Order: sequence, then structure tokens, then C-alpha cells
Amino acid sequence: MPMKKESKTLLAQAGDFLAEITALAQSPFTIMEVCGTHTVAIVKNALRELLPKTIRLISGPGCPVCVTDSSDIDRYLYLAAQPNIITATFGDMIRVPGTEKNLQVLRAEGADVRIVYSTQDALELARNNPDKEVVFLGIGFETTAPTVAVSIETASVEGLGNYSVLSMHKIVPPVLRLLAEDDDLVVDAFLDPGHVCSIIGIAPIEFMAQDYGKPGVVTGFEALDILEAIVMLLRQRAEGRSEIEIQYKRVVKVEGNPHAKRIVERVFEPVDASWRGIGLIPQSGLSIREEYSAFDAAKKFSLPVFNSKETPGCRCGDVLKGLIDPTQCPLFGRHCTPMKPVGPCMVSSEGACAAYHRYVQRSVD
Amino acid sequence: MCLAIPAKVVTMDGSLANVDMMGNERVISIVLVPEVQIGEYVLVHAGFAISIIDDESAKETEELLLEVANAYEEGE
Amino acid sequence: MERIMLAHGSGGRLSHELIRTLFQKHLGNPYLDQMNDATQLPGQGHIAVTTDSFVVSPLFFRGGDIGKLAVCGTVNDLAVSGAVPKFLTLALILEEGLPLGDLERIIKSVAETAAEAGVMIVCGDTKVVERGSVDKIFINTTGIGYITNRLVGPERIQPGDEILITGTIGDHGIAILSEREGLEFQTPVVSDCAPLNGLIDAFYIPGVKCMRDPTRGGVATTLNELAGQAGVSMLLDEKQFPLSPSVQGACEMLGLEPLYLANEGKALVIVAPENADEVLINMHAHPLGRHAARIGRVQEGKPGLVLIETPLGGTRIVSMLEGEHLPRIC
Repeated sequence: MPMKKESKTLLAQAGDFLAEITALAQSPFTIMEVCGTHTVAIVKNALRELLPKTIRLISGPGCPVCVTDSSDIDRYLYLAAQPNIITATFGDMIRVPGTEKNLQVLRAEGADVRIVYSTQDALELARNNPDKEVVFLGIGFETTAPTVAVSIETASVEGLGNYSVLSMHKIVPPVLRLLAEDDDLVVDAFLDPGHVCSIIGIAPIEFMAQDYGKPGVVTGFEALDILEAIVMLLRQRAEGRSEIEIQYKRVVKVEGNPHAKRIVERVFEPVDASWRGIGLIPQSGLSIREEYSAFDAAKKFSLPVFNSKETPGCRCGDVLKGLIDPTQCPLFGRHCTPMKPVGPCMVSSEGACAAYHRYVQRSVD
Repeated sequence: MCLAIPAKVVTMDGSLANVDMMGNERVISIVLVPEVQIGEYVLVHAGFAISIIDDESAKETEELLLEVANAYEEGE
Repeated sequence: MERIMLAHGSGGRLSHELIRTLFQKHLGNPYLDQMNDATQLPGQGHIAVTTDSFVVSPLFFRGGDIGKLAVCGTVNDLAVSGAVPKFLTLALILEEGLPLGDLERIIKSVAETAAEAGVMIVCGDTKVVERGSVDKIFINTTGIGYITNRLVGPERIQPGDEILITGTIGDHGIAILSEREGLEFQTPVVSDCAPLNGLIDAFYIPGVKCMRDPTRGGVATTLNELAGQAGVSMLLDEKQFPLSPSVQGACEMLGLEPLYLANEGKALVIVAPENADEVLINMHAHPLGRHAARIGRVQEGKPGLVLIETPLGGTRIVSMLEGEHLPRIC
């Protein structure tokens, strides 16, 4: 995250937004930030402290690492431990715990695990190691899926037979629908994910405002972006509107990125997917289409089916749905810490629990 | 849920571009934004440009960066 | 190309040749040249001693190499303890097959850095192990320094003291990361690897209460350690941190935080408030201290708690680094 140098305009603009928020937030208003990067930006900038007490910000299910199901994790850990496999992964996955181990432990035991910044680097590993199988762990929402789709098409064009992807990709609109249909949900409005919408546009999430009366603002990731988006949501309430608006206009177009949408469509198809802490959500995952099955690690290698269970006592499901704050979980900070995470929200630095643990408070010291 | 940062397109070669991210250069893919031009700002996620940033805010970003860069001229 | 062979570590003729033609040639001085099982050193009173081992990949990086690092790391540990670094030992574990040219480049760098820091290499050891047993070269240095009248340590830290840093943060961490396989990018960032004893001599005045070099784990981890040892709280000011835009840009690209990146040529200095201005002026006058800044102050509060004020005026906790600081995309 940026540590921007002070400028008068930054403080002045923030002051203007905060004044308008205070004026408009006469009665309680609960906003869910869907995206984990928003969660981190909010806690890093300590925005809660600056907002009036009537505004409650709660964290949503938008961390792809966090919502990756334990069974999927155990499956890729099984694969990573096989001989002749190079596992290429974003750094995010290294510490994520499966039932028994994580990638870090496997690496210490001799597994070949490489951290990459891009699928391009994973392809390069495959080109440079023709006698090894390079498996890329496909984690991420709509923002990341196109980059993985491109790598699969590239491998196909180049005939790079030793590259494959284990797709655990998920998409956001179905989980939003699940939240909107939850009777326990206390959310009035949503900060919608800026980078996901830069790909999909706003059409796929407009049902939230139209069918469920939950307004949303597609938001950027600077502190000022978030404050402005809160102003926009409050204005919608004041004017009795329920719409999906875009605050992050410098990046997000109404129609999204058509090229990215097309390549995802070519390579992936929607499937039912299990979200850790939440459960099975219909048509919320992306699996690799039959035409590209040669690059689908799930088909290329014979992988056992894991039925991994969640840890008892873990309330990540409630945290992911915004029903409780991380600190209200009995395991938080005691039995569940970033070094020894129990539940999904603690495993990624973007997870709500990890963000709280790192920046906000510890229930136990 | 997805980190992405602005970068300026410096050179282009087919589906690849060399971009400048606050002084750091990296080759990224522009397959997802084929209409991009040299000199434009793009949003980079995991080594791919995923969106072209609108002109006005890109200029603002650049001005801000230059201001800060001047304070820490490299050179040991 | 000549390469290191197991025989270079045998203690026989090749070993002697290596010592004579490489180590003595570049590092020789009256103490090293004693060539005894133990070197006799001058000195009386109290001495300070520290030891550190160095493993780094790549061996050569922008702004330094493992040899420079092995001298700076140990010299800096002595210097921030208030000692005057005088002597270093140098122990090498070499992987069979290491190009002799690489070894010579590293030893020359050790010699240059030792000269810059005003320390002498007074004894050494070389072992060669089979290919695959180590990654090219591991170095251990032990440093000996004379205790001065500089009384520094965390026990002296009190609420009200100011916290200074001698320059920009995170440069070493980014310089190394930019050359890691799978992450490579071109960066103007240069490792800050440098011996700090000259800078400390230039800024030290009584009133400086504690100094630490924020290496692995970065500024965040070091300040957490200090706050814990001193039993105080600290409040930092995020917008005062000297940070080059390229380090900031690389951090945003890789999802890292500058506060957790390693530095190899920076000191955190805790100083009594009435002396802070003078120390800062002294720092600014030295080439290694041009970007020195006040970054916060010590306060009453929960012992060990480090807080940071954000540019918008909120505060959050700065915790220690937990595990590896890994690049991430989400």
C-alpha cells in the first residue's frame, strides 16, 4: 500500500468527504466492503476511527485465498508433493493451511514450489524445465482469471505440454446474491470491488440494487476513493435511490473489459463451487473447458477426492458474511493467528481476521 | 481482492509491453488491452494490463509521482 | 574457468595457495599475517563482540554483494551498540565448483568495505563442501570492537524521546527481490548496504540513547523489539517516513510493505527530545544520512505497542513481521 507524502489537498479532500458523511449519516448505515483489498485499505488507513459512529463497515467474502475450500487445498498439496512437479503459485498461497500441511512445509520437505508474480513467469518455468510438469495454482476472482486464461491459450498455441493449471477460480456475483438472500444480513449497501468490475463491468451486479434494493458503488483502493464512495452511497440513501454507481471511473468502464471477458469465456466455464466457510454456491466457480483439458491439472493428473472438514469453533463463515467482527470469534488471537491460522480469514494477509490482527487489535496478548 | 497498480507503457512489442511502475520496469502482457498506445497508463494486475486508465487521472498520477521522486533523487 | 575444488579445502598445498594468492593478497595486514592458530590482538578494558552468518541469493546484487554484506552486517552490529569496530574474522564455506573469479570478486569487496569501515580482517577459515551442500558461498564474520563512552541501549529509552531513521527504508529488500527468479524486474533501487560506523561517529552526541540497524524484518520488527525491551509504546508518523518512489512502486506491485523490508545501511536512533535537532543536522551533513528524518516518538502506554498515525490522522498497530514477507497479488 502506498505511503503517500502529505499534501494539503489530500487532507482537505478527506475533510470535505468526512464532513458530508457526517452530515448525511444521521441514522445508522451498515456498509459491506466485498473486497479484501478494501478491507486492508480501510484498516491500514484507520478509516473506521475517522468515520461517524453511525457508519458501520463490515468485511465481506472477497479474498480468493480465504474462500478456497480445504478440499481444494488438500488436493493441490497432494499434487505438489508428487515427484517431478514444479508448483508455481502466487505468494499468497504459501502459508495457507490444509488439513495437515501447507506449501511452506512441503517445500521444506523437498517439494519444488516456486513463487511467481504472473502466469507469464509460470509459463517461462515450463519452457525452461521441459522434463518437469509445471502446475500453476489458479486462485483468484474475475480480475485474475483472464491472466490465467491467457496462459492456457498461450500454452496451447506453443504446444507447451508440461504446463497445466489447477483451477480454483471463483466469481463474485453468485456470492453477492447469496448474501442478499440471507435473512440475517444486516448490510444496507455495498462497496463493490473495483478491479473485478474493471473486467466484468457493472451489469452482472446490477441485480443487487434492482432486485434486492441494496445500492452499491464500485470503488477504488485509495483512502479518498473509499471516503468518496461512502458519500455516494449516503447520497443514494438520502435521495431514495438504489443503483450501482461507479466511483472508480478512472479505471472501471460500465461495460468492463470485453477482451478479458471473451478470453475467460473461451477457456473457462461456470461450475458449482465450494467456498470455504460458506459452502456450495451454484455456478460460482470457473473450470477449464473440455477443449483445453490437456492443460487442466485436475484432469491431467489422477487426484484423489478430499472431503476435508472445517475446524470446529471457527466462525469464519459468519465473518465472511459480515455477521460478526473478527474479534468476536472465540479463536481470534488465541488459537488462530497469522502464524498458525485456523480459519480462512486468517490465512491471507487480506483476510478480514488477518487484517484486524495485524492492524487493529488483539483480543489477547 | 486483487492488487493492481498504474503503470506507463514505455515500449510495445506484439502482445508484450515494457511498462514503468514508479521507476521500476517490467515486461507485461497487453493481450487484454490490445488497443493500448505507447505513453498511456494501464492498470497492471499479476503481470497483465487489465484496463487503460483514463487520461486526466493518469496525468495527475504522473505529476504527483514526479513531485515525490524529486525529493529522493537516486544516486549513491 | 578456474573453479573451487574440494582440494582447496583439504588443508594441503592448494589451500595454502588460495590463502596466499587470494586472502592474504587482498586482506593482508600485520595481524592476519601472523598466520598462527590464533591471532594476538592489542587492546585493554572491555570489548564488544558479535557474530553473524551471511547467505544471500543472488551473490551479486545492485549496490553490493555477499562480501560487502558480510562486513557491513557485523560492523553495523558493533557500531549501533556504541562500540568502535576494529577487527573481523572471516569464515567461508564454499561449494565445490564455485568459480574462482567470483570468490576473488567477493574477497576484493570484503577488502574494500573493510577499508571503508576502518576494520581489519585478522583471521579466517575456509571449508569446501560437495556440490549441492551449500548455495555457492556462505560467510560468517565475527567482529570485535572497543567499548567507548557511548552509553546506548534500550534500557535508556524513555517516553518523550524522539525516533529518527538515517535514511530511506526498504532499498535493500527491493534490490534483492528484483533479482529473484520468477519476480525479476528492472529497478533503479540500489541496496543501501554500507558500514554505518562513520555516520554514527558523525552524528553521535550524548543524548543519543539507543541505536539499532533494522535489517531482516525491517523497521516495524526492530521498533517492536525495542519497544518491548524498553517497556514503552511508540507512535510513528507514516507521512514522515523517507521512502523512494521506486521502492514504493515495487512494494505496490508486489503487495509488500516498506516497513517490513530489510535495510543494510540504516540505523534507527532514539534520542532525547532536546538533542534531536542537533543529531538530525549532524546526520544530514553526512553522505549516508542525507535523507534522515524524524519518524516518531516514544510515549507512555502499553509496553511493546507500536502505533502509526496514517496520513489522514487515524492510528493503527504496527506489528512484527509474521513469517516470511511474501509477494502477493491479492
